[in-house]
Parts: sequence; C-alpha cells; structure tokens
Amino acid sequence: MTILRSRNSGIILTLGALSGIFLVYIGMVGMISAFHKREVVNDFISLGQVLLLLAPFAAGYVLANRLRAEGAGSAQLLAGGLIVGLLTALPTVILLLFNSDDYRFLLDLTLRLAPFAVASAIAWQSYKSGSESSRVLGIWLVTALLTAIVTYSLALIFEVKGDLRSVLVNINRDWEKVVTFDNWRELGVGIITLCGISGIAGLGGVVLNLLPAVPRRALVYGLSVTLLVGAFGETVRLVLQEHLDRDTLRAIFQRDTLRQNAALTLFLISTAAGFLWALYGERARAGFGGMAPTQQRTVRGIGTLVFIGILLMLPWLIGRTLSDVAVTIGIFVLMGLGLNIAIGLAGLLDLGYVTNYAVGAYILAVLTSTGPLGLMQGTFTFWMVIPVALLAAMFAGFIFAVPVLRMRGDYLAIATLGFGEIIGKLAISDWLKPIIGGAQGVQAIPKPVFFGNELTNPEELYYIVLVASLVTLFVSIRLNNSRSGRQWMAIREDEDVATAMGIDTARAKLLAFTLSAATGGVAGAIFAAKVGSVFPNSFTVFVSINVLSLIIVGGIASNPGIVVGAIVLIGLPELLREFSDFRFLMYGALLILMMINRPQGLIPSTIITHEARAGVKAKAAGAG
Amino acid sequence: MFKWKTDEFSWVDFTIDVLRVLIVLGIVIGAWNTLSSGRISFAQWVNLFIAGLSQGSIYALIALGYTLVYGILLMINFAHGEVFMAGAFSTVFLAEALNRTGFLNEQPVLAILLMIAFAGLVSMSVAILLERIAYRPLRGSPRLVPLITAIGASFFLQYTFRGLYGSGFKAYPQVRALQGVIQIGDVNIPIVQIFVFCSALLLMLGLYWLVERTRVGKAMRAVSENKEVARLMGIDIDWVILFTFGVGGFLAGAAGVINGMFRPQGVNFFMGFIPGIKAFTAAVLGGIGNIPGAMLGGLFLGVIEAIGPNLVLAGLGIPGANQLKDVIAFTMLVLVLIFRPQGILGERLSEAKA
Repeated sequence: MTILRSRNSGIILTLGALSGIFLVYIGMVGMISAFHKREVVNDFISLGQVLLLLAPFAAGYVLANRLRAEGAGSAQLLAGGLIVGLLTALPTVILLLFNSDDYRFLLDLTLRLAPFAVASAIAWQSYKSGSESSRVLGIWLVTALLTAIVTYSLALIFEVKGDLRSVLVNINRDWEKVVTFDNWRELGVGIITLCGISGIAGLGGVVLNLLPAVPRRALVYGLSVTLLVGAFGETVRLVLQEHLDRDTLRAIFQRDTLRQNAALTLFLISTAAGFLWALYGERARAGFGGMAPTQQRTVRGIGTLVFIGILLMLPWLIGRTLSDVAVTIGIFVLMGLGLNIAIGLAGLLDLGYVTNYAVGAYILAVLTSTGPLGLMQGTFTFWMVIPVALLAAMFAGFIFAVPVLRMRGDYLAIATLGFGEIIGKLAISDWLKPIIGGAQGVQAIPKPVFFGNELTNPEELYYIVLVASLVTLFVSIRLNNSRSGRQWMAIREDEDVATAMGIDTARAKLLAFTLSAATGGVAGAIFAAKVGSVFPNSFTVFVSINVLSLIIVGGIASNPGIVVGAIVLIGLPELLREFSDFRFLMYGALLILMMINRPQGLIPSTIITHEARAGVKAKAAGAG
Repeated sequence: MFKWKTDEFSWVDFTIDVLRVLIVLGIVIGAWNTLSSGRISFAQWVNLFIAGLSQGSIYALIALGYTLVYGILLMINFAHGEVFMAGAFSTVFLAEALNRTGFLNEQPVLAILLMIAFAGLVSMSVAILLERIAYRPLRGSPRLVPLITAIGASFFLQYTFRGLYGSGFKAYPQVRALQGVIQIGDVNIPIVQIFVFCSALLLMLGLYWLVERTRVGKAMRAVSENKEVARLMGIDIDWVILFTFGVGGFLAGAAGVINGMFRPQGVNFFMGFIPGIKAFTAAVLGGIGNIPGAMLGGLFLGVIEAIGPNLVLAGLGIPGANQLKDVIAFTMLVLVLIFRPQGILGERLSEAKA
C-alpha cells in the first residue's frame, strides 16, 4: 500500500476519477447503449463495449506515462494501472446499485447524507486554512442548506417517480446489459465482471506503455485498424461488395459485422504490417529524403496522380450508398471552403452562413421546380440556374454584409447569427408562403441533365460537387495569394493597423463576405437538386455550426484541413448511424477541446503556423 | 472605378442612412395603418403591453447573466441560454413530483420558492463548471477563441441534456393559485403575469443589492474595473469570476422556473437557444456590462416583441404577423448593433470593448 501514500496517488486518483466520470457520462447520455447496437466483431465485442474498455485502457496508458516521468518502478505502475481500472468502474458501479431495486435505499441514503458530508468537507478546508470558527460555522450552514435543497429535491423526485430511469432516460436495461456484460440479472456477478474487466483494461494500458517502441507501435496500429474496420464494417462491406464475389464477402462478414476469423486475420496482418513499418519505415523515409530533388518530384507526382485518379474513380470504387455520402461531404467541403474565405482569410466570424445556403437552394427550387410553386415550369435547367443561384447568394451576402461592416469580432458573429435566424423564420412564415411554400417547402425539383442524360444517381452528382469544389479550391488558393488575400490577412491580424496602412477595410470585408456567400449559394443549389425538394427545416443554425465546426476542427485557413474536417465531421455521422444522435454533442466537445488544446486545427495552415510561432517568440521575447 | 470611400462620402454610411430612413418609414406607415384601422382596442393594447412586460422581465433575468460576465471578462457567454435551459429542464421533474404529492397546490409559495432555489442551484453548478472547465484555460487568448468555445459549449450542453432527459417535450404543471385574472376597468390582467413581473423584479433588486451593497459585490465591481489593480488589492480574481458566473447562472435558473409558470409548454433541450439570443439582444439594448441597462433592455425588448408584430407588421399588410415575433427580436438585435452598439444606457465604449 506504499503506492497510495506516495505523491503518485494524486495522479492515480485524478485519472481514475476523470475516466470514471467519462464512463458514467457516456452512459447517461446514452452513447454506450446506442453504440452497443453496432458490433465490431461478430458475437465478440460491440462498439459500446469498446468504449467501455477504452476509458480504463487509455487512463492506464496515460498513467504509465505520468508515473514514469515521476520515476516509478514497474510494480508500482502495474498496481497503479489496476487501481485506475477499478476507479474507472467505480462510478458506474454506484449508478448500477442506485438503479437496482434491491439497493435503491443507498441512493436515498446518499442524497440525505450528502449535505452534511459536503458541508463538512468544505468547512474543514476553510478551518484548515485558518478561518475563524464563526466563519467556519457560517460556511458549514450555508453549504449544508444549499446542498440540502438540491439533494432533498432529488430524493423527492426519485421517490415520486419510483426510479432513476424515469428521469435519466438512458440509465435503462440496455445500459445495464452492456456495462454488466449481460449479467444484469445477477447484479453481484455483473459488478465483479465490470470491475475485473475494467481493472484488466487498466493493466493492459500500462503493459502496452511498458512495451518497447517497435512492438508497441505495431500493436497500436493493428488494434486501431481492426477496430476501425470493425466499427465501419457496413461501410467496408459496401466498398468490398463492388469488387468481391458473394462467397468471399460472406467469409469475411456476417451481415454487416466482421467475422471473428476475419478480424483475427486482419489484426495479425495489420500488426505485422505495423511491425515492418516500425522497423523499416524510418529507412524508407530516409531513402526518400536521400533521393535527388528530381526523383522526389517524380515520386510526389506519382502520388498526386494516384490521388487524382482515386478522386475521379471514387463512385466506382465505393458504390451508390457511399457516393451519396460523398456528395453530402462534398457539399460541406464546398461550404467549408466558402466560409473559410470569411473566417480563415479575413477573420470575420460569420455565424449566419446558412443564409447563403438557403438563398441558393430556394432560388434553384423556385426557378426549376415543375411543381405548383415553380416560376418557370421547367424552362430553366439546373445549369442555367446555377449562375443565378451563385449571383443571388452573392447579392444576399453583399446586402447582409453592408450593415455589419462596422462591427468587429463577437458583435459581428452575433449579428450574422441573427441574420441566419431571421432567414430561417421568414422561410417558414405565412408571409412568404405563396412564393417559397412555408413549412411545406418546394417540391418537384428536376435533376440536372447533362447532354441528354438525367443525373439522378449520386455517382453522377458526385462529379458536379467535385468540379465545384475544385474550382472553389483553386479560387481560394489564388485569392489567398492575391492582393486581396494580403489585405484580408492584414485585417484579420489588426484592423486598425490595416486601415492605417491605407487598406479600404470596408471594401475588403465586403469582398470577403460576397465571395464567401457565392460558394454557399452553389452548395445550396446542388443540395436542392440532390434532394429534389427544399424544406425550411433544412436551413437552421445547425448548418452554420456544422460548417464552423469542420473549419475549426480541420484547421482555420487550411484547405486540406477543411476537407479532412468535412470527412470526419460530416462523413462519420453519415456512416455510423448510431453516431448521428450525438453529432452535435461531439461537435461541441470538439470545439471546446480544439480551442483549448489545438486552436490551429488538425491540419494547420502553414501561414497561421508561422504566425503562431512568431507570436510565441515575440511573447517569449517580451516576457524575457 | 468608383471608390468605396473618399473623404467626403462613404458608401457604407450612405447605405446605413438609407436603411435608417426605410426602417423609420416602415414603422410609421405600419403603425399609422394599424391605429387608423382601429382593429385593436385600447384594452387589448394594454394587455399586450403587460404580457410584453412579463415576458421581458424573464429576458431581463437572463440578460443579467450576459451582462455580468461581459462586464468582468469582456466575453459573450454564448452558452448562457443553455444555462437557463439546464435549470428549467431539470426542475420540470421537481415540479411534477411536487404536483403529484399535492404540495404544489397546497403551499404554492413554498413550492415555487423551492423550485426557484433548485433550478437556480442547478444552473449555477452548470455555469460554474462551464467557467472552470471551458473558459478559464482561455483567459487572455484572442477574443474569438472564447466565443467559439462558448458556441461549442452551447451545443455540448444542449445535447448533454438531451441525452440525460430525452428529446421529448415536457410541461410544467399548472399552479392553481396563479390561474385567473384581475380585472381593472376594461383590462384583464392574468395573475401569472403579475407573479412573473414581481418575482423577476425581486430577484433583480436582490442582485442590485448584492452588487452595490456587499463586500463581494464591491470585489466584482473592482475586478470589472481593472483586474490587475484588483489583484494587487488582494482580491482573488478567479474566485470573483467564478462567483459572477454562479450568480448569473442562478438568475438564469430562476428565470427558467418563472418562465415555466408563464409558459408551461415547450420544455426541452433546445428551449434555451432562442431566449439566449434574445436576452443577449436585451443586454446589448441596455448597454452590455450595465446592470440596470440589462433590466431595462429586457423589458423594452419584451414590449417591442409583443406590440411590434401587431402594430407594424400587421399594419404593413403582412399575414401571420405573430409568427414573425422572433424576426422582430432579431431585427432589433441587428439594428442595435448597427446604430447604437453602446445601448440605451451605455456610455460610448472604448474600442477595446466595442
């Protein structure tokens, strides 16, 4: 027990508490039971169980890192891993007891005793820091009263409602089944199973950390490949379906999940590959570095060609269902690139980007629809209206930009958010119903026709999105290196200095808003054509937040970052349906985490990185 | 090519002036049409006004949270609407429980006080956690960084509560003591509206007393004036900021219950978003960072929202004018930000604040 008395015990307790709270949290919001429906390996492990194991495992791994830095020995590490694993399970175990019929009295007891415990703890702190006894008493009384209001109310709620489940809807049988590994009938057995597995996972994290670098990397690689393929089994199957015959497919997949043999094979192969890469990867990289510049250029050229080839062939590689997802991702890439002109290049936080999307979609809908609301009754085609939608969105962007030119930073953000909400409310109102259909929206939008072929399939629509994205990408790269791009950069860094340098800031900002609106309009138009109808509830603040999140997560002002951000944030929830209920939970958490830990994004823009480094240096110099 | 800006003439100013004229014209014409048609009687106007005042006092309570935080940190706590939701959503269960035991109708005063305290404490905990976990690590970073974090926190909180309590709509039970109307001449005033207005007023007076008359209030004012000097005076800045978030959270939670008495329906995880933006509008309207300003701004916004659609929009011949209530509020927001960002009571803010 020496370990608990050492100063390392603080680290163990903190990590254990954090991962325990995480586990309870994901259980309470329903992630564990929702992800349990997705099996990673057939009849072996589900995604919910992976989450359950991942928390103690990661905590054990981090713990080993931290303790090794403190100079702890292996025995201490292993004991620490076990304790962290058990601590991780502890809050879940308590919740299980509270939720069971036999031990419900514990919940009641806890709630009734909590005020005294909390008040005493806080008063004790104050006593130890040397407050007068009258003050300590006052603190005790106030905290006891405030805590009692909350806990006694909770006790009343649970007493009247009968159980936890009727308030916390996700603490239900499904959740119990997952966390007790199907031993929910015998709660004691279930709790021991949970604690045992969690402890072993904690130990596993430590053991992994103690392994030498090469096998560790190989194992991590093998595990993550297997888990990813397993979790996205449906997607992988859809891709393979295009290229493999039925029997092979059936040997790998049981319906949508990986078979155990296939998973084992995949794990062995990917671990071996990881092993080889860990051994020889450095040498390969050194070989590339040692090549002559011309050779390097050839290798890069081949890489680019392969990439372009994949982009062009994508619909054939992935099949119809996934092409549909690719089109959705493409629409968001388009919007991301567009909004990036305002946010990334010019530093204007526009939270009303959905306005442009809505304008584009409704213009296309009203001008091409063959339904009762169609103005032109089919005389206008998709191709004729796309430029109109683009111009209309630019015009809308211009109109909405003029009033906000004088605003800065957060006020600008809130004002644009207001515009977005106004547009949303107008779209659904009775006032504009005769034109854009109110809540019923506009239906019967024809698909684009290309040289006589109607582009009904997502495989074909994909190319429209691809071309639009590439054009936008080209324009935004050229803009970034243009005179306007440099003006925007100056405005982003310091508007006053930019004005003093003779930049017409009003004009530069207007240009940024207008150009950024243009792509939003095109994206909206393509969206309308893809879906075939537009409804006002597709144009809420969530669209703006989606686009904002993908820019922030991918990397502000970084074009590759935006593509990656769109694939991760838009593609993931489309591919993992269980995920989609939690997408905004994830976005919110990601935005907070990125801002605190990695404000430059996953794939930072080179310019911003330079600036950040220069800023850090300047700060350091100033401090020194 | 024409120039955007010359010394004599600026297109931006011109456009904004045109906008100003158009808005004034629209209001005058709409109001004239409505008033001359006599579609709405005087008693109905008074009713609308009073309903607006009670709705506005709820906005004012939420707006105080924005203003307190802005006054100290110069940041918009975008997630404050969700703090309001947290209290309102959690207390529905308490209200149901109290209703089922019969306590709610036997001792309405005590029951409502308990609910307000419970909601306030729940919201307070959420606000404190928010500050501690999300905002504190970002102090001193560029101003858009905390705003983006706050947007993230807003959605994180919404979907956390959706996960906890489910996505369905819930409703507060009716309190019998608050039903019925008081008749003054032609005007019928629902008792619940009087309750809403008075309880909000009491809470605001309490806040005013806290800020102006207590030691901790003095510390809050000192920190909002100058953090460094306050630190030198021995004030624990971190604690004061946490306390400020806590007080703002408490008021928001209390507003959640009062709102639940006023409009029992529609309690769900998204209920805080729109009131949040409106309360921010109210805070800006009164001059952000200014406590009496937030109260006044809230009341003003409530009244405009109640009267505006009927007076102006209906007068301009727009059908379904009451659907556009929110549009009026958001238009107010944009207009205030354009024409008078310092608000009604605010002094002209320095560039650092504006």
